[in-house]
Amino acid sequence: MAKQRAAVLGTGQTHHKAKRPDVSMAGLCREAIDRAMVDARVGWDDIDAVVVGKAPDFFEGVMMPELFLADALGAVGKPLLRVHTAGSVGGATANVAASMVQAGVHKRVLAVAWEKQSESNAMWALSIPVPFNMPVNAGAGGYFAPHVRSYIRRSGAPTEIGAMVAVKDRLNGAINPFAHLHQPDITLESVLASQMLWDPIRFDETCPSSDGACALVIGNEEAAAAVDQPAWIHATAMRSEPTTYSGRDQVNPKAGQEAAAALWKQAGITNPLEEIDCAEIYVPFSWFEPMWIENLGFMPEGKGWTLTEAGETAIGGKLPINMSGGVLSSNPIGASGMLRFAEAARQVMGRAEEHQVDGARKALGHAYGGGSQFYSMWVVGSEKP
Amino acid sequence: MSVTEPLSAPIELSFDYTRSLGTTLSRFMTGLAEGRLLGAKVSDGRVFVPPVEYDPVTGAAVTEFVPVSDEGTVVSWSWAPAPLPGQPLVTPFAWVFVRLDGADTSILHALDVAGPTEVRTGLRVRARWSGERVGAISDIICFEPASAPGTPVTQTTVEPVEIVTTPVSLTVQHTASQQETTYLLGLEQGKLIGQRCPVCSKVYVPPRGACPVDGVPTVENVELADRGIVTTFCVVNVPFMGQKIKPPYVAAYVLLDGADIAFLHLILECDAADVRMGMKVEAVWRPREEWVPGLQNIDYFRPTGEPDAPYDSFKEHL
Amino acid sequence: MRDVAVVGFAQSPQVRRTQGTTNGVEMLIPIFAEVYEKLGITKSDIGFWCSGSSDYLAGRAFSFISAIDAIGPVPPINESHVEADGAWALYEAWCKIQTGDVDTALIYGFGKSSAGTLPRTMALQLDPYTVAPLLPDSVAIAGLQARIGIDTGTWSEAEMAEVAVRSRRDAESNPYAQVTGSKDAADLLGEPYLADPLRRHDCAPITDGAAVIVLAAGDRARELTERPAWITGIEHRVDSANLGARDLTTSPSTVAAARAAGIDGVEVAELYTPFTHQELLLRRELGLGDDVRITPSGGALAGNPMFAAGLVRIGEAASHIAAGTAGKTLAHVTSGPALQQNLVCVLEGRS
Repeated sequence: MAKQRAAVLGTGQTHHKAKRPDVSMAGLCREAIDRAMVDARVGWDDIDAVVVGKAPDFFEGVMMPELFLADALGAVGKPLLRVHTAGSVGGATANVAASMVQAGVHKRVLAVAWEKQSESNAMWALSIPVPFNMPVNAGAGGYFAPHVRSYIRRSGAPTEIGAMVAVKDRLNGAINPFAHLHQPDITLESVLASQMLWDPIRFDETCPSSDGACALVIGNEEAAAAVDQPAWIHATAMRSEPTTYSGRDQVNPKAGQEAAAALWKQAGITNPLEEIDCAEIYVPFSWFEPMWIENLGFMPEGKGWTLTEAGETAIGGKLPINMSGGVLSSNPIGASGMLRFAEAARQVMGRAEEHQVDGARKALGHAYGGGSQFYSMWVVGSEKP
Repeated sequence: MSVTEPLSAPIELSFDYTRSLGTTLSRFMTGLAEGRLLGAKVSDGRVFVPPVEYDPVTGAAVTEFVPVSDEGTVVSWSWAPAPLPGQPLVTPFAWVFVRLDGADTSILHALDVAGPTEVRTGLRVRARWSGERVGAISDIICFEPASAPGTPVTQTTVEPVEIVTTPVSLTVQHTASQQETTYLLGLEQGKLIGQRCPVCSKVYVPPRGACPVDGVPTVENVELADRGIVTTFCVVNVPFMGQKIKPPYVAAYVLLDGADIAFLHLILECDAADVRMGMKVEAVWRPREEWVPGLQNIDYFRPTGEPDAPYDSFKEHL
Repeated sequence: MRDVAVVGFAQSPQVRRTQGTTNGVEMLIPIFAEVYEKLGITKSDIGFWCSGSSDYLAGRAFSFISAIDAIGPVPPINESHVEADGAWALYEAWCKIQTGDVDTALIYGFGKSSAGTLPRTMALQLDPYTVAPLLPDSVAIAGLQARIGIDTGTWSEAEMAEVAVRSRRDAESNPYAQVTGSKDAADLLGEPYLADPLRRHDCAPITDGAAVIVLAAGDRARELTERPAWITGIEHRVDSANLGARDLTTSPSTVAAARAAGIDGVEVAELYTPFTHQELLLRRELGLGDDVRITPSGGALAGNPMFAAGLVRIGEAASHIAAGTAGKTLAHVTSGPALQQNLVCVLEGRS
């Protein structure tokens, strides 16, 4: 049997906030799931399997929390699978759910990704001292900021590019009612004036820490026929490489390049910049926008920033990026990747409301994790692949 | 070369998780704080204690609550002869499923009896309430046989409990790899020992369990100089918890002479603004009497004053 | 559906404690090498990689990241990870092969249970609001389940001891097993309770270990091995997490998975039962009669490498097909407290 067509039938997400003290972990997931099921016009009996994505279990202090959540997720009596691929997990979860439909195993799969960071403290969970490992005293951005410096050195990008991305993403976030940060008054001057945390990264160029969840209902061709405008999955890709190895390109990692190449090939895309109408990419520090533009092959190496500088990544530009406000506006870690995938789907379904890109027909969803070493991506379109 | 015993030390993981409860669990926990046990009534009429948040039949959020007794019947039990840290009692006890009067499901808790001969399925038991209730399952200290003398709970009215703090702690024994142990023991002697991959010949410092390119263990030791270059860096301006140096200071990837991979360390003894990609640096060691098996024996790196390495010489390490 | 088979399997020795790291690299390197050599392949022959492991077992967030050093994933690999036993990684990989995107997959699972206090760590799988704060350990939960079956006459302590006797005797011929022995049931029943109603022999040991399986589709499977173990059914289901509302003497999720996978006519059943009564429960639920050889490897009672033991069950079930000693076998894998989640994989040989 050949690969089955699969499509996103509906999406849902929570209102993302630093803390959601009003809901339990189940309640957080259900807020996203219930919205996705309404959007997809399905009931519990229509769901054949549930796939759950989440970053480290230490964030919530529950080992494999999908087990205790099985009842609330409507998974009892059904297959339940937990994916964990670091920060890329939200995207990986969507891809795994898609594969179950593409495999012809299921008609409809519910995918949900979540993080309730306010149950603990992400910095604590991520920086538990490991014996014999010297803490470097560099803080959260200390790992990524040097690679941003390398990018700037390599590309010769003007130093305010990072600030331009922050302004654009936060203004997009301001028109997304689900976004954690709403900063309609942000300006290039205010970002440049914000504290330089890890030079070259400023405070306003970093992502927040959020509670939130995202859910997708993915179905086969028959299930998609019942939906007005599904988002057809044209391609999915995942690639991994070690955190570090001798000669590793940490600015333009090979794993990202190869995932993108595989993705474009599968989607039948030869010129991504011309053929993709908008992209939601995982940008937790603003400088990663130009870096990923290159890594994804939208622009040649060293030229990604020119797209940003020309304003072409804003809504209305040649390649709108992070129409939802992106990770810079909301970052429930485990869900962040799926939010990217969901926004890509919403765009081609014409359901992106205020941040809709006119005529979006093909969109990219992108996530990465670990030390820029795990990648998951998909291309969705308004037409059948 | 391999050493006989890898270095090993415990990791203590301990955090007080703040669990927000949502409407349904909040009702139950508030009840506990008040000295009441509430059951969630679902669409088929069953009463769940502890409550379910969502109806097992319809999937809808549960909204109806009914009071249940704090007395009930043991449905099953299992003896705990040597309680673990954090369990409800420090003396041996029985784990029990108790079907409370008025409930259709069982609650899992501890039963305080002297020995396994004093517990049986069907035994009537009642909750022993804590004198200081906060709205947590531990407001019930344990159960006790209903035949034992007891004091009835004093019920109160409290503000809704919305968050419960749950400490979670565990200890996991961390073990360094053989390769890392060699490196760490070298550091204890003031030496930087990397290892060469037998396949690609690259020198890794610290060495890992396997060459990440070839997936084979590294075995050949290579002693490295305590000097090298800054490949790239950031200036830390932000104060954060546990910080030991006053910002601004530089965290940099340092590539030792003879090594094929850089590691993160501090650059001090110069203005942060003067640090450059390609700058030559050397290690500043802590006093010998403070040496441990760890990279912290190198307090930081400082500029040597030699001319910078040309960009092309290290660009493949970025 | 594409024809997909288990073509390779290797496992580390199941031991009480290894000297390796919690990231599994030391356990994985030799078994990767073993499976590559058996099949005459290299890492570049693998189309998809998927692993199963647990951060809580390792005591570190993202503990699976360092494990991929054992692969040497340069150039980058098509890879995923589940926070579950490697058997669920195998399920994900099987789906991936079914999409037609890849023809081969390598799946691994690993765990260093000795690094922590396993029964206590497993309590963190329970409901975090009303159950886990009391820290009921995995032996306590199993004891509560066993008692219900004993009280209702569904199984007995003597039958439980017989399970242990058979497991230990079978393990005598399993070079990877940790617990072996030839005591009879009367001897075992004469020993004191570990946690009434469970005795030591009723409980799986604490084990470090890892396992690897290679899957291949169609002709590729036939090229790689003489007798592929074709997966003719693979299904998994989950039951309610509400232990006090479940009938713990039954396993609806196993029954549903088995029904969907089609287990009629299996000659061997490798069951993942870390407690003796759970084997009795599953045999009854699955209707496995005396004509079905139960867990000839000795099973989890003889060695329970967490997050790999399920993959070992599938590997063991496949090895009977590969050896030509059975035509149809099943592997069962469990996860979660009191058999909450269960997977059934049916394997068949073809002439």
